[in-house]
Amino acid sequence: MNTPLRRVGLAMMAMFLLLLGNATYVQVIKADDYRKNPLNNRVILDQYSRERGQIIASDGTPLAAVQKTDDRLEYLRTYANGPVFAPVTGYFSWIYGAGGMERAEDDLLNGSDDRLFTSRVSDLITGRDPKGGSLQLTIDAKLQQAAFDQLQSQGVTGTVVAIKPDTGEILAMASTPSYDPNLLASHDADVQEDTWAAFEADPAKPTLNRAVHENYPPGSTFKLVVAAAALAEGKTKDSPVDGRPVITLPGTNTTLPNFNDTTCGDGVTATLQEALAKSCNTAFAVLANELGADKLRDKAAEFGIGEQDLTIPLSVVPSTLGPISDTPSLYQTGIGQKDVRVTPLANAVLAATIANGGVRMQPHLVGKILAPDLQTISETKPDEAAEAMEPEHATALRDMMIASENNTSGGGKLRNVTIASKTGTAEHGEDVRATKPHAWYVAFAPAEKPEIAIAVIVENGGQQGLSATGGRVAAPIGRAVIGAYLGGR
Amino acid sequence: MLAFAATLVTSALILVEANQEQELTMRIVWLGLAYLGVLTVVHLAVRKWAPYADPVIMPCVALLNGLGLVMIYRIDLAMADVKFADGSTWSPAAPKQVLWTAIALVLFCTALKVLSDHRTLARYGYTFGLLGLVALVLPGVLPSFIAPEINGAKIWLSFGAFSIQPGEFAKILLMVFFAAFLVSKRDLFTIAGRRVLGLDLPRARDLGPLIAAWAVGVSIMVLQKDLGSSLLFFGIVLVLLYVATERAAWVVLGVVMFCVGAFAAWKLFRHVQVRVQNWLDPFIDPYGTGHQILESLFGLGTGGLFGAGLGGGRPDEIPEANTDFITAVIGEELGFVGLSAVLLIYTVLALRGLRSALAVRDTFGKLLGGGLAFAMAFQIFIVVGGVTKLIPMTGITAPFLSYGGSSLLANYILAALLLRISDAARAPKATPKPRPQQPAIADQFTVMVERPK
Repeated sequence: MNTPLRRVGLAMMAMFLLLLGNATYVQVIKADDYRKNPLNNRVILDQYSRERGQIIASDGTPLAAVQKTDDRLEYLRTYANGPVFAPVTGYFSWIYGAGGMERAEDDLLNGSDDRLFTSRVSDLITGRDPKGGSLQLTIDAKLQQAAFDQLQSQGVTGTVVAIKPDTGEILAMASTPSYDPNLLASHDADVQEDTWAAFEADPAKPTLNRAVHENYPPGSTFKLVVAAAALAEGKTKDSPVDGRPVITLPGTNTTLPNFNDTTCGDGVTATLQEALAKSCNTAFAVLANELGADKLRDKAAEFGIGEQDLTIPLSVVPSTLGPISDTPSLYQTGIGQKDVRVTPLANAVLAATIANGGVRMQPHLVGKILAPDLQTISETKPDEAAEAMEPEHATALRDMMIASENNTSGGGKLRNVTIASKTGTAEHGEDVRATKPHAWYVAFAPAEKPEIAIAVIVENGGQQGLSATGGRVAAPIGRAVIGAYLGGR
Repeated sequence: MLAFAATLVTSALILVEANQEQELTMRIVWLGLAYLGVLTVVHLAVRKWAPYADPVIMPCVALLNGLGLVMIYRIDLAMADVKFADGSTWSPAAPKQVLWTAIALVLFCTALKVLSDHRTLARYGYTFGLLGLVALVLPGVLPSFIAPEINGAKIWLSFGAFSIQPGEFAKILLMVFFAAFLVSKRDLFTIAGRRVLGLDLPRARDLGPLIAAWAVGVSIMVLQKDLGSSLLFFGIVLVLLYVATERAAWVVLGVVMFCVGAFAAWKLFRHVQVRVQNWLDPFIDPYGTGHQILESLFGLGTGGLFGAGLGGGRPDEIPEANTDFITAVIGEELGFVGLSAVLLIYTVLALRGLRSALAVRDTFGKLLGGGLAFAMAFQIFIVVGGVTKLIPMTGITAPFLSYGGSSLLANYILAALLLRISDAARAPKATPKPRPQQPAIADQFTVMVERPK
């Protein structure tokens, strides 16, 4: 009887070996696949059960915080005043992932970032729950609120970006229509799913951060780049430029008129300053042709247009001049049409660069990185990205922009502050006559010692529709935002 | 070794507390000491009533049981904040399991004391067989108010506050019966029938017991929808037959019958098809029927080589965490290393049992010991194999680890029987009668032996 018993023993050993072998396969060889499988809730649950770091505004106003809950996700992400700051904070959903800053700085907020190494080690020793680090943004909470209110009260689809010219700090980044990230952070899966489906179905794209994730034809605001290139080539604000009310694009029958067929100067020539102030299309189209595509492209690049992988740390879609394949295209590029596309952020950087004496500062949203105990770990230092203009050229362009502001209609002018600005009314779409134009306003103030540079765009002219211009639609919003910033202290 | 087991269990408990509540109290020390105290009492009982018993079996059992208690407690902590769909909350299982452990240990000691020789069991073989059969089939045929269907299986008898799984006891009762039956009728089964393909087939009329076992296995599956138990039961009978007759033909026949039965079941029953499908590809229905096995695999995978640490995993994600899937929780929190260690403890336990069976002198003891040891190993194979997707998942508990009074009681009886057999195997033979002393050589008569010429 002992022989079969021994064989049974061997069979038992074989069974255990099989189990061990299979356990090796599951837990060692396939372990990573299982761990990273999207159906595996463990990783996301771990993130939720850890106290996620806060996102606060530059003055300490909490924008995103956590609230202890009694369900198994332990912490609920909350956004005070969600829709106002949503383009910046983004959302944090355990079904749809994260967006905005929540995504860009996820490692820091969830505590796995290397910069938090020391505090993690001390947590390990003291046995406290690991916490995420916090972010102090450069966003000015009051200004952001003002910008959002301006857009919201007009009921428009658009965005306002405000930058501090001498540092590159982004002071405000509002986008409408907006959304409430609290709904996406809900611990109720149904709420998340319904909200997400509604956002996806909404043609107004509420979750789109228009300031950085969308680019638009810049229209006349691009004349600033052309003017800067011309100044660099030795022109002054008094240099004569083309003043005809309408020209025909070379080699075609297409005409290119000034807005409302306005005459600039004496109808033959005008000064560069007048051409910019009156936004003469013919003058800048011809000027662009004189400069040539390469010089235009180089100057644009110095202003950051064409930069591919900009992160602030939100990723920014690239701005571009397009291919400029022939001379008519070059003419149209000169007035910011054809294939030129810029993000509202890029236009704000353009204004900020001129305001900062031609020095382009790297735009950024993160002011300080804070440890879980709110000790500062690191601080973003202003970073000079490029010297786009000579200081005297910047001053000349500033004066031209002051003239432009004085020539711009539209309400909301500020009494005690000199603004330097440029408006734009950008045609777009297949049928430009029937499509409502985008209204632009880029500006900085006070002109003598700039403290804020902004770009405003109102998609499709807002309420004014076909008759919209940058001056009538976008300028009042921009001026109100500047007023809120300068008057708010 | 018992003290070592107690230390391990206490440190495991400390880790759980540390990871879950960040506060250590003196309570743990008392719990550890209490555990050690209980173990000492059991140890003394074993010394007294089975002084020659294998010294490794009891510490293995104690370690597994203690680890099981810690894991069940740990799962209680995890489930404490979970609210079920019907609004009810989790009722802690650990205190009940501690109570069951106490009862089981008392039963264990009683069994050791009352049963001074395992051969007495053989005398009541038929009685046990009948009892076992009744216990096995009872929940399947009784109306559902007393035998409710839980998680699709109809294997419980419910008496108000507590419920038992008679199948767990039936397993041992029937094993005793089969061992006794086979020992008495052993010669019958070795008579050769026809020879086919180099195998001596048994005579058709001797197939009775095998067919009966097969029928019982099938009926468990049909009436109670308990695949694991039917597989376990059939496997045990097959091994007992093989050991008793020393004929591989039984095994071949049995495997063929098993394949036929399994294939038919797969064709006929929806719940069997679902199990097989989830085994082949659990991702087909990740939120439905594949959920259990997927969560188990995710847990094991997330645990990886060294695990998430005791108290650091997410057993609330795994369904049935404290019964069928308790090894998955161990795999997640202690990693591959911990799971292997647990498997090794089981291996040691089963092999020690088998060694006793090899060493014991009576055939009944050999059969019973071999059967008990194999049952332990096979049960682990079925449950861990199911959890790690080696074989289709069949709901069955892990001996000593899983939550469940019946399982614990039955397995402690099993351990008592193994100890009894090993005691008999290792006991020195009854001291032989002293031989009359031979007188010293000098006192012998001297005899002249003539030299051969």
